[in-house]
Amino acid sequence: MRDIAFGQYYPAKSVLHRLDPRVKILSLTAFLVLVFCTSNFYSLALVATTVLAIVLMSSVPLRLYFKSLKMILFIVLITSLLNLFYGTGDPIYQFWIFKVTLSGIYNAIFVTVRIICLILVSSALTFTTSPTDLTDALERLMKPLTIFKIKVHEIAMMMTIALRFVPLLLEETDKIMSAQKARGADMESGNLIARVKALIPVLIPLFVSAFRRAYELAVAMECRCYQGGQGRTRMKQLRLGARDYVSMGVILLVICGVVLCNVLLPSVR
Amino acid sequence: MSSIKVENLCCTYGAKTPFERHAVKDVSFEIQKGDFVGLIGHTGSGKSTLVSMLNGLIKPSSGKVYVDSVDIWQKPKEIRKFRFKVGLVFQYPEYQLFEETVEKDIAFGPSNMGLSEEEINKRVLNAAKFVGLTDEMLKKSPFDLSGGEKRRAAIAGVIAMDPDVLILDEPTAGLDPVGRNVLLSQISQYQKARNNTVILVSHSMEDVARVCNKVMVMNKGEMFMFDKTQEIFARADELNSIGLRVPQITRVTDRLREMGLDLPKGILTVDKAVLEITELLKKEGRL
Amino acid sequence: MEFITAQNLTFSYIDEEQTQVNIEKADKVLDDVSFTVKKGEFVALLGHNGCGKSTVAKHLNAMLLPHSGKLYVNDIDTALEDDEFTVRRMVGLVLQNPDNQLVASIVEEDVAFGPENLGIEPKEIRVRVDEALKAVDMYEYRNQPPHKLSGGQKQRVAIAGIIAMEPSCIVLDEPTAMLDPKGREEVMSTIKKLNREKGITVVLITHYMDEAVDADRVIVMDGGKILTSGTPQEVFSQVELLKRHRLDIPQVTELCYKLRACGVNIDTLSLHTDDCVNKLAEVLL
Repeated sequence: MRDIAFGQYYPAKSVLHRLDPRVKILSLTAFLVLVFCTSNFYSLALVATTVLAIVLMSSVPLRLYFKSLKMILFIVLITSLLNLFYGTGDPIYQFWIFKVTLSGIYNAIFVTVRIICLILVSSALTFTTSPTDLTDALERLMKPLTIFKIKVHEIAMMMTIALRFVPLLLEETDKIMSAQKARGADMESGNLIARVKALIPVLIPLFVSAFRRAYELAVAMECRCYQGGQGRTRMKQLRLGARDYVSMGVILLVICGVVLCNVLLPSVR
Repeated sequence: MSSIKVENLCCTYGAKTPFERHAVKDVSFEIQKGDFVGLIGHTGSGKSTLVSMLNGLIKPSSGKVYVDSVDIWQKPKEIRKFRFKVGLVFQYPEYQLFEETVEKDIAFGPSNMGLSEEEINKRVLNAAKFVGLTDEMLKKSPFDLSGGEKRRAAIAGVIAMDPDVLILDEPTAGLDPVGRNVLLSQISQYQKARNNTVILVSHSMEDVARVCNKVMVMNKGEMFMFDKTQEIFARADELNSIGLRVPQITRVTDRLREMGLDLPKGILTVDKAVLEITELLKKEGRL
Repeated sequence: MEFITAQNLTFSYIDEEQTQVNIEKADKVLDDVSFTVKKGEFVALLGHNGCGKSTVAKHLNAMLLPHSGKLYVNDIDTALEDDEFTVRRMVGLVLQNPDNQLVASIVEEDVAFGPENLGIEPKEIRVRVDEALKAVDMYEYRNQPPHKLSGGQKQRVAIAGIIAMEPSCIVLDEPTAMLDPKGREEVMSTIKKLNREKGITVVLITHYMDEAVDADRVIVMDGGKILTSGTPQEVFSQVELLKRHRLDIPQVTELCYKLRACGVNIDTLSLHTDDCVNKLAEVLL
């Protein structure tokens, strides 16, 4: 339960790691939109190549990317199968009520590549950006929202603390489960109701412990002079450097490229 | 009669990946009924993994665990049976308390065994007595107890299953000297009264020296030593070589012996040291 | 020079609604506690759980204010000071459970948390964080997430987080209670080093006697009162008193004490292994 690959930071010193997290978040957002704007194979190929380049540039072992892909393998399979069989046009191959058409195949390829691209770029972001950098960047990007009375700093602080305590609580769940199993708790058999009931001896201690931790953390934060976002400085200043501008330029080029491909080149599908 | 026997026990995490790690490597031993064994070693030496294999919480990668001469993994479906025979108290067991009252919490284990109400009650009261919880405390919510009392309530929850072997993983961690002493003597009394096998996982050499008659030393997943307490602490050099220490009193008497004082090896308690030194002085007519 | 002066502190935990009358009656957690801590001193505060030592700790950095009596930190009355952060930046408090006092998911960012709250210049924070991490020997772990560290390492990061705020004094509330022997040793040597090399005043709250023997001064508490205080030598020589209050004494001290009771000629009781061996060798050989 403890090795959740998705969203785990992998420390390294690649260009991607050193990019400004705000640039990375904005680029990711751009990519998410872009992936769905690809209307022909040329633009899809362009996006896919860019994504692959990003993955390769991240100095994160490919194994980790495969791990996060594995988690959504099922979704990819289902959606591509559905697309495969729901194409229109003349069937190339048919059995029973299923018919495979050329447009179906194209759709399936599109969907698969799109989902894989989505997962890869978002993984690249979370692998190369520490969770604290992420929340920090989000806090700064969301700063304009304070005029709508949204407590941006508080939200970011909650995210930071959640990130810090999730691994801890997972570990604790493991421990409590073992302890209750050692007292003969049966968590593997029985019907749904029995299983839910068997969770009570785990959940109650877990909540009690989470509240105790929260209380202690609050005391510790007060000891360290925490008084909300007011008057707070940050050690890590975010300043856009040359490489940030360059990468923003590259992203813009890719966007233009996709638009051009979509408009100028023939649609193959 | 041996109550627990282990043959070539191994536990490997992440087998066949670059992260392969042997938590326990080829460990074999036999513990007799009525033994009070201290299990010592550094954090990460495999102690916790080892004890979790003894009650079937972790399945060994290879090797066998026998409880009362029965291979516990013979019928994997019946593994729960052995969790009642080998009671395991985890570190900071107070974090497992969850019921409305202490009484109900202690009854959790026995009721999982499917015993009659009457039998459960009897066991709860018995277990509470062993750890010195009063009737008044039994009616309280476990969350209203003090730290030391919570710890004892949690231990009672395992004792109430009446296991043949009781394993305690650092039962005194974080307690103050009074809490530590009280708990240790309660465990010691329990062990004597039932003549059960008890395994005490501990970092405190002083505690182990005080209550255990045998000591097992784990190092880097392997069993480094297993012998009578006195014999183990007489091998101070070997313990030092893996970064473990003998009790302070043993260190002092060892060094005095090296300086030429005629003291026996493996003195474990202050009283024993006082006795030996005064005898020596009396023999020489200096006292 | 006295850095901390506590005069007749009393304190009890009471509900908000309780009246003045009840305060008098309520169980006093602190009962007429007076002591001083000099600048640069290493003071150990000993006692059982629930003896009031953690309550003292929270008074020292103005997390709690005394119900009666006065507490001065660097001549500032903690009860009169409007801005509790003035006191808190002078006296840093390290708590027992290292897991529950680290805020950020990266070591160096956690250490920066305190200075960031104080509104210090980013460049200066960087310098302080690096220095603090070096002072506790955790610099090479600066980019690690805390949950990958051992207990002793986490606790040292917590200490770094406090010293990065550059307090004159750190108070540690049972910092080793949840650690294994190796972690305890790491943390203890870090504390001693900070006291010796950086001149930081240290108040160490503990129930381990062997951690107190290296302090400049020991204060023993029981039942909300101060039982005795003095140099470790003076305090641990009062074996009867400590035993009566069910406090531990180091094994070597007990050995010397019992041998002396048997008529062996020992003048002062030893606190350390080496000292004890030498002394006994002198008498016995």
